[in-house]
Amino acid sequence: MANRSVVPFGPQHPVLPEPIHLDLVLEDEKIVEAIPKIGYVHRGLEKLVEKRDFNDFVYIAERTCGICSFMHGMGYVEAMERIFDAEIPPRAKYLRTIWCEMSRIHSHLLWLGLLADGFGFEALFYQCWRMREKVLDMFEEATGGRVIFSVNKIGGVLKDMPKEMLAKFVHNFNEIEKELKDLTEVFLTDYSVESRLRGVGILTRDDAIRLGAAGPMMRASGISIDTRSIGYAAYEDIDFDIVTSNDCDSYARCEVRIKEIFQSIEIIRQAVEKIPGGEISIDIKGNPKGEAFTRVEQPRGEAIYYCRANGTKFLERFRIRTPTFANLTPMLYTLKGAELADVPLLILTIDPCISCTER
Amino acid sequence: MASIMKFTSFALKNLFSKPVTKNYPAEEREYPARARGSLQCKIEDCIFCGMCQRKCPSGAITVDRKARQWSIDRMGCVQCENCVNHCPKSCLKMDVHYSEPDYNKVVTTLEGPPVAPKPELTPEKIAELKAAAAAKKAAAAKAKE
Repeated sequence: MANRSVVPFGPQHPVLPEPIHLDLVLEDEKIVEAIPKIGYVHRGLEKLVEKRDFNDFVYIAERTCGICSFMHGMGYVEAMERIFDAEIPPRAKYLRTIWCEMSRIHSHLLWLGLLADGFGFEALFYQCWRMREKVLDMFEEATGGRVIFSVNKIGGVLKDMPKEMLAKFVHNFNEIEKELKDLTEVFLTDYSVESRLRGVGILTRDDAIRLGAAGPMMRASGISIDTRSIGYAAYEDIDFDIVTSNDCDSYARCEVRIKEIFQSIEIIRQAVEKIPGGEISIDIKGNPKGEAFTRVEQPRGEAIYYCRANGTKFLERFRIRTPTFANLTPMLYTLKGAELADVPLLILTIDPCISCTER
Repeated sequence: MASIMKFTSFALKNLFSKPVTKNYPAEEREYPARARGSLQCKIEDCIFCGMCQRKCPSGAITVDRKARQWSIDRMGCVQCENCVNHCPKSCLKMDVHYSEPDYNKVVTTLEGPPVAPKPELTPEKIAELKAAAAAKKAAAAKAKE
């Protein structure tokens, strides 16, 4: 038996801004075991629900994470709307759909940039983030915030997007799509990129099911599950196919995410075409009583929100189950047997959001 | 061989194009009208009801009704605009510019103008007020009928 040694990885690591610590047990350069440790950014956001008015809690719910903030806020308000049994105006549903897809685009572009940075392709990283900046500018124009949008309320949305703004956004996304097509060439056919991604971190279809993977990680293993197809917000009226790949490796995860950006742009185009006029919110009166679950497809996978109310203005329990938590087990599985040099890349391919996971 | 030159077109384009970034701060950034930069209070219109303090999710605003003071911890404010949406007098508003950076957590305190002293009540003024109240009551009763 070769000599075993333990190499600590994180919580601060140049490739990853998220604080996750791993103890890597090595045999020469091969990983035998990875022992994770999280808990560096726990803020107790779920507990705050007992101290904040349920209407104001949406601002705290969306601060769970800086990347999928809109969807965290939306997951919470949709759960509350279910408790109130409120039907929100269709325009609000469409606006939420558009913002959801914009969030997905900016999250995936961020991830592509981090991936490029992870395998040492700095110039590619800059190109991805340059494009992401355009999406953030559009967000700022529409909602007033670049990262945290604060436009959700229980019963609808707070801000409307006029016709001209929607047309301008579609025009901008058409341009982003054109540029992204060129960039896709680099990600999917460049020799140096492929040599880092092909055959690295294989997670077979059966393993993905057994270990409970979520989101693009799961879809890259050939499982066609997307929470958007169960139809929250306005997804019922929108046609889209679930992007999957059968390659099961890091390359497949990259491919699925890139294709999802194109799909999101298409969804935005459809939503802008179909968006009805009218009100953007309804008034909700009284205090909530009861409990509700909602499921939302975040950029990283399926997130579940649970709210329990007792008839006062403070909720009893709020719970989020985030996709990164589901993806940690498959990640540890793919790490076993991998080379030490591939570890940052393998951690990146699940698109980890530790802040979401710890709340 | 072709598959290793994929990025070349980007590299060449970048060589001969203008920088994407702005020469900040020499070049000012134009903020969109909806941008939430920093919270501003028009203190003359404030009635010190304390609604903003109750609605603030981060507890950055404190209102002292007796001292007629409205204060905000700029570093604590999360720019959610909840107070602006709930202000009954619409004296709060979001400025597109961010607040100044600082080394310390500075609390900005604004003091409202002193309340004008109540006018002294003369017998004529009392009679006038009573007449106005009676007329209002009569009008309400008529409207009920």
